[in-house]
Amino acid sequence: MADGSGVSGVALAVLGGAIRISTPFLFVSLGECLTEKSGRVNLGLEGTLVMGAMGGYGVSYLSGSPWLGVLAAGFLGLVLGAIHAWLCGRPRVNDVAVGIAMMLFGVGLAFFLGKPLIGPTAPHLPSISFGFWSSSPQVRSALQLNVLFVVGLAMSGVVLFVLRRTRWGLILRTVGESADAARAMGYDVNRVRLRATMAGGFLAGVGGSFLSLFYPGSWNEGLSSGQGLMAVALVIFARWDPIRCLYASLLFGGASALGPALQSVGVTSGYYLFNAAPYALTLAIIIATSSRDRALVGQPAELRLAR
Amino acid sequence: MPVTLGASVDPKAAGAPALPVVARPPGGGAMPPPAPPVDRGARTAPIVEVREPLAARLVGAMAAPTMAICSALLLFGVFVAITGRNPVAVYYQMYRGSFGTWFSFQNTLLRAAPLMLTALATALPLRLGLVVLGGEGSMVIGGLAAAAAAMAAHNHGPNGLKLAMLLSGALVGGLWMAAAGALRAYRGVNETIATLLLNYIAIALLNHIVEGPLRDPASLNKPSTPPIGDVNMLGNVPGLDVHWGLAWGLFACVAAWVLMNRTTFGFAARMVGGNVRAALLNGLPVGRLFVITTLIGGACAGLAGSIEVAAIHGTANASLVTGYGYTGVLVAFIARGNPLAVIPVALLLGGIGASGGLLQRVFDLPDATVNVLQGILFICILFSETFNGRAPAFLRRAARPEAKTAAPAVSGGGG
Repeated sequence: MADGSGVSGVALAVLGGAIRISTPFLFVSLGECLTEKSGRVNLGLEGTLVMGAMGGYGVSYLSGSPWLGVLAAGFLGLVLGAIHAWLCGRPRVNDVAVGIAMMLFGVGLAFFLGKPLIGPTAPHLPSISFGFWSSSPQVRSALQLNVLFVVGLAMSGVVLFVLRRTRWGLILRTVGESADAARAMGYDVNRVRLRATMAGGFLAGVGGSFLSLFYPGSWNEGLSSGQGLMAVALVIFARWDPIRCLYASLLFGGASALGPALQSVGVTSGYYLFNAAPYALTLAIIIATSSRDRALVGQPAELRLAR
Repeated sequence: MPVTLGASVDPKAAGAPALPVVARPPGGGAMPPPAPPVDRGARTAPIVEVREPLAARLVGAMAAPTMAICSALLLFGVFVAITGRNPVAVYYQMYRGSFGTWFSFQNTLLRAAPLMLTALATALPLRLGLVVLGGEGSMVIGGLAAAAAAMAAHNHGPNGLKLAMLLSGALVGGLWMAAAGALRAYRGVNETIATLLLNYIAIALLNHIVEGPLRDPASLNKPSTPPIGDVNMLGNVPGLDVHWGLAWGLFACVAAWVLMNRTTFGFAARMVGGNVRAALLNGLPVGRLFVITTLIGGACAGLAGSIEVAAIHGTANASLVTGYGYTGVLVAFIARGNPLAVIPVALLLGGIGASGGLLQRVFDLPDATVNVLQGILFICILFSETFNGRAPAFLRRAARPEAKTAAPAVSGGGG
């Protein structure tokens, strides 16, 4: 490791880490993007993520098929999203607070049900090697792309298409911009938001299954370190645009990978400070993009979170 | 208010005023509602807040949360039954593990003390309409600051050292959260997300500092700051096996109640919470109120952190990350932001936490059982908001026999 341990080694490790770590960010932020476009915030996606990780791992372990696990994780997310949407549909119920409650509930339930899953090994998701052209093992390991990341890439395009080019996307955006207008046009605002939140929950659940079925690749209680929450902030940063969600996820993944990458080449001082990098970056970006007087570009007008 | 200030708050002195304050007749010493400046003739009666008798207000305020707690317990019972345990037996053990014996009750008190303080961190900003989740971060950073202060003030005697710890913990915790308040006030940054991120940053900072700059070389497998020394630890309340943090918690709740309900500051804060635009039109310094309230709230959580260090751990390390901050959010929401209501709710949730160990031992339930119950409780409480002011109407009438004569209360704002 005389040559590869320099700057290029760190850069490659950050790139590989960015792709690995960004996948859950990508799925959760796409889900949150859908939900927020309908004018509602789901802060509970952290709970959905952890629940998806637990459920995906459990089903993969029991059935032997990681893909069934991914599906189960998405389904769990769908159910949690439905609960969130139903609660928020009641009058006088605060969606931010419900999100916090769902986060506590989802994380608690996942830890409760996942207790027996700490230890056994479940079959993992396969990965596709895009680094075959290179002889360098570092390049190869950096380009060892997970299937879910590829799915996520496609998903960001799909979400963009749905939002911009389909009737359902139009209705969803109408509800997000003006609930009154949507109501006047005869749409059931709560039902549209229910569907958007359920779809968002599905994506977040799938993102969670990545954590337990690929990287880090096992179920334990320290699996998520607030990725679900950071994804919410990330959507603000991405200005509610699915493609920008992809870029932002990669950026955040890179920031998260910085500490471990530096550690792997022997830079250990300040390791814990580097752990704070994604959070500090998120905060800095929100501060830079927020404004006291005007709403952000692209922000759904019904959204209460980012004034 | 006959509340003694200072470090030597007697628990009885701090706890006693709580009752007279509750039982105080409505209107006595209260701030007069602002008289309407102009009577435009069209209105026959001036807009004044008609206060119901205390009993009716208490019933009205408590009915929805009580129903929510009951339904949460019912739902949790179903959940426990699904996992194959007898819910009645589980509840009996939970009672035994929280309030049933003197020993377990002291354990409950021990957990309730920091919860009171971290709950205030969310409850006070809640009155201004801010949803703040930063209790955990302020607590962690406050504990860290207290440990650092103990290192700096080690030759100022036990009392000076304790004072330095508590003050610096509260100050740093307050500033940590006030940063989020200022960002919200002057930059429009969402305070919920900002405080959450600050929590993670605080924990990373704690890990960095106890691993590096302030690490005690003697702490091998659990990196910590140097111990503050047994003589400098915060002692127990006389007659109890509970440290002085309990008295601090009770005192802070009462003081916060006085601040929010009996001062112009509190009146202004509640007005902002009712309607920001109206408050701005009235010339209230909304931004400054945001900053000051988050500062006070964060100071409470920071105090909780320094008490954890000064009374329990004796050093700052990863044990400071307890989750009390998040449970405090739940306490604040159940108490609906009322600092006095925080006290019983903190006892309840402290009790739930204290019973967790027994549930693990007797029923082989995972330690996350408590979290599940807390999550269900939180959801039920928020759901009960939808019935707020409607369901308890019949109860309120029962508590107020002479009600027919009273005009319907006109209250301002969209609270």
